[in-house]
This record gives sequence, structure tokens and C-alpha cells, in this order.
Amino acid sequence: MTDAIIFKNVTKRYGTATVLNNLSFSIKEGKITTILGFSGAGKSTLMKHILGLTIPTEGQITSLGVNMNDLDELGLREFRRNFGMVFQYAALFDNLTAYENVAFPLREFTKLKDAKIREKVDDLLEAVELVPESWHRLPSELSGGMRKRVGLARALALEPRVMLYDEPTSGLDPISTQVVCDLIVDTAKRNADKKLTSLIISHDVRASLRISDFIMFLERGSIVEYCTVEEFRESNNPTIRRFLEL
Amino acid sequence: MTFLQTYVEAFGAYILGGLSGLGRFTQFTGKVFFWGAKPPFRVRLLIEQLFFIGNKSLFIVGLTSLFSGMVFALQMYLGVSAINMDSIVGPIVAISLAKELAPVFAGLVVAGRCGSAMAAQIGSMKVTEQLDALEVMGINPHQYLAVPRVLGATLSMPMLCAVFMLVGNFGSWLTGVHILGIDEVMYFQKLSDFMRLGHVAEGLIKAGCFGFLIGLIGSYHGFEVSGGAEGVGRGTNLAVVWGMVTVLVSDYFISSFLTKIL
Repeated sequence: MTDAIIFKNVTKRYGTATVLNNLSFSIKEGKITTILGFSGAGKSTLMKHILGLTIPTEGQITSLGVNMNDLDELGLREFRRNFGMVFQYAALFDNLTAYENVAFPLREFTKLKDAKIREKVDDLLEAVELVPESWHRLPSELSGGMRKRVGLARALALEPRVMLYDEPTSGLDPISTQVVCDLIVDTAKRNADKKLTSLIISHDVRASLRISDFIMFLERGSIVEYCTVEEFRESNNPTIRRFLEL
Repeated sequence: MTFLQTYVEAFGAYILGGLSGLGRFTQFTGKVFFWGAKPPFRVRLLIEQLFFIGNKSLFIVGLTSLFSGMVFALQMYLGVSAINMDSIVGPIVAISLAKELAPVFAGLVVAGRCGSAMAAQIGSMKVTEQLDALEVMGINPHQYLAVPRVLGATLSMPMLCAVFMLVGNFGSWLTGVHILGIDEVMYFQKLSDFMRLGHVAEGLIKAGCFGFLIGLIGSYHGFEVSGGAEGVGRGTNLAVVWGMVTVLVSDYFISSFLTKIL
């Protein structure tokens, strides 16, 4: 199993506050890994480092075989096209319809003809099971679950090698949570031949245990546990036991 | 001592905050220039902004200019008719419109209408993570959002200013000739005697500068938004206030410079 992302002694400080404390770990290619932790544990900062939106104070990040310290601003922008991200509240462009949101990265980064873009967007929206009546609605006219589906379709448009999910089940009812979890697993399975790596940031311990291969638990910028789901369930660490019992 | 210390500290914090804001604004301006010069050049976004800032402001600019020209002609007439100089109402209004009123009033209208909209649009995109979404896709938000707005405002303002001059002069002619009874031949004769192309050029150049500043300020306050809906409201408010103040303050400096070269 090869590593998609490798952190080596990564520390991030903002003034005197240490947000990430000497982290060393690797994310396995083609697997679903969830980063769990309480608010303020450093999960979002870690995600920003993976995307190259923040530079570590110390240490080195190797992502998809590229040392991110070697990339300049323009290089990082190019590099980020290997990533797709589903945001907590989907972050759809509110002046574009669901359809246009999914077409947006294709229009920006490919030279595909309109007919080909239409075909691709149709496929993506069907894959995330968005009902066709909603395809030409604005994000404000869609439910939270529908927006997440559109966000997922948009993130998949450029066929990324790594999918990042920021709190994918936050603010959803139990049924929508189930649907989004199934979509994450289905997306990973559908793209298994391309070894799509999925990285989820979440508080939702139940959903995470259901869909992940690996779980990392962060507390105050340090890794408390990083193991398989089975090992995580059996962990004797008091913080993790407390988290599991929530 | 403690009382004095509190005020000195508050004053110091205010000054430092202002300097820090000025620094961020300078950085923002640098980014707009940097990303504006880099491809891809999104012409469609520029056209959208030209339509929004230029075309959509036409009615309000037209209405403002008509009544500005009319009231200015009326006031001038009341002043100069006492010394039997009523025929110079036309050139006074026309020169004032060209050099000052048209660019400044159009600037104030655009700062109020479009500067606020820019801050609100970009600000609400920021609080709903849409700017982050652009970043993650590898699109620079400054290039995608600020550059077309700044360029759109810079190009639209001279056109709106020209409309302001035209409609304002029409209002002046309407009031002067048809309501106050100034002789029409004399009105146009004096107009052609005193009016110079340089007056119009001065107004149009100024309008372009104001457009650039309004676009920058509106976009900057959008990018600076933080803290949800309240932050968007605050950013919108700051964009309007600073947009208008900047138009009025920079007017003096640009005028001083232009009068030397034109």
C-alpha cells in the first residue's frame, strides 16, 4: 500500500500558540481516512496544510510524491487540481445553478466542447443521485443534502486523486447523513481503479466508524491515535473512550 | 494617570489599526495588479461587470445629472442675472459639470450603488466558503473576483461621467433657455467661446481614477469581511463610506495634478 500524503515532523505555530505539534504520519492511497477530534484540535489547519493553503512552521509535507515545500504559488495552484473538496456547507457558487456549479471547473480548466461538458455534468449529477428536477435550481433552492451532492459532483468533475470532505454530515438529518455516507463510500468504490484517496474531517464518530478504513484522533495538535477502525473501537485511551461514548 | 494611559493606549491602538489596514490595502492593490497581468483574462467576467456598473447605473446617473444640471443653472442664473450676465450660465454649468460635478457625482453614485454591491457579493462569498472553494480549485480569488470589478469600474466610470455631462448640460439648457428665458443663441455662443476639450478630458480622466479607487475599495472590503452576516453588513458600510470619502479627498489631488498637465 503506497502513501498518498506524508507528514514528517510538521509543526505549525501562530505566534506562541502551537496548533500542530510535530506530526508525523502517512495517509494510505485508495483508502478512506477520517480525522476525528474535538473543536480546536487542529483538524482544519491540518487540511489547509494538505492543500498547501498554509505553510508549516517546521517539517515537510509530501503529497502525491511532490514535496510541497518545493512548489511556488503558481505551482501550488496547479497542484491543487489533484484535490477535490466537499465543504461543510457545500460552498456552492450562489449565482450559479447546481448544473452550472458542476460545469464550472470543467469550463475553467478544460478545453472540452459544450456538448462534452453537458454529457460529463449529466453523468456526475446522476452519479450523486440528484433528481433531474433540481439540476437547474439555484443553491438557495436546494436542501442541505442536495447541496452536499452537488458539492461532491463539482469536486469530482476534474477527476481528483484525493477527495477531502470537511464535516460532510454536519447539519444533516439522520437520513441525509446516511445518504452522504453512502455517497462517500460509493465514490471511493467507483474510483477504486484510480486509487482515489478519501480524507474526511469530522466530529461525527458514528458515521466515521461506519465508512472509514483508518481513523486518526487529534487532540490539541497532537495525534492521540492513528489506527484501523477496529483498533480504534478497542482503544483504551481515556479521551477516545470518552469520545466514543458521546 | 490610569485614565490618561487608557486614552493614550486607545489612540495608539487606533493608529496601529489604521496603519495595519493601510498595509493590507496596499498588499491587496499589489495582488490586483499582479493577478490582473496574468492569464487567463476572463473577458466574460469583465463584460458582466461593465454591464452591472455601467449599464445598470445609467438610470440613476441620468436622473441625478438632469436635476444637478437644472438646479445648478437655476442657482447660477440667480447669481449672474443681477449683473446682466445671464448668458454665461451655460458655460459656467458646462465647465463645472465637466471638471468637477460629473466625475464627483457619478463617483458618489457608483460608490454607493456598486462599491457596496461589490463588498456584499465578495463578503457573502467569503463567509460561505466560496472563496475557499475557488482557492481549492486552484483559482485565485483576487484574479477571479477583484480584477474584473476594478477593471470594470475603471472603464465604466468615464462612460458614466460622459453621460452625466451630456444629460447635465441638457438640464441646464432646459432650465436656462426654456424656463428662465436666456437667449438660446447667446447660450450656445458663450458655451462654444469658453468650453475647451481639456475640460472634458479632465473630467473623464478623473472619473477613470475614481472608478479604479471605488473598485479597489469595494473589493477590498469584501475580502476583509469576517464574522458572518454582521461582518458582511459592516464591510458593505465601510465600502460605501470609504468609497465616497476617497472620491472627495482624491478629487483635490487629482485636480491639482491634472490642471498642471492639461
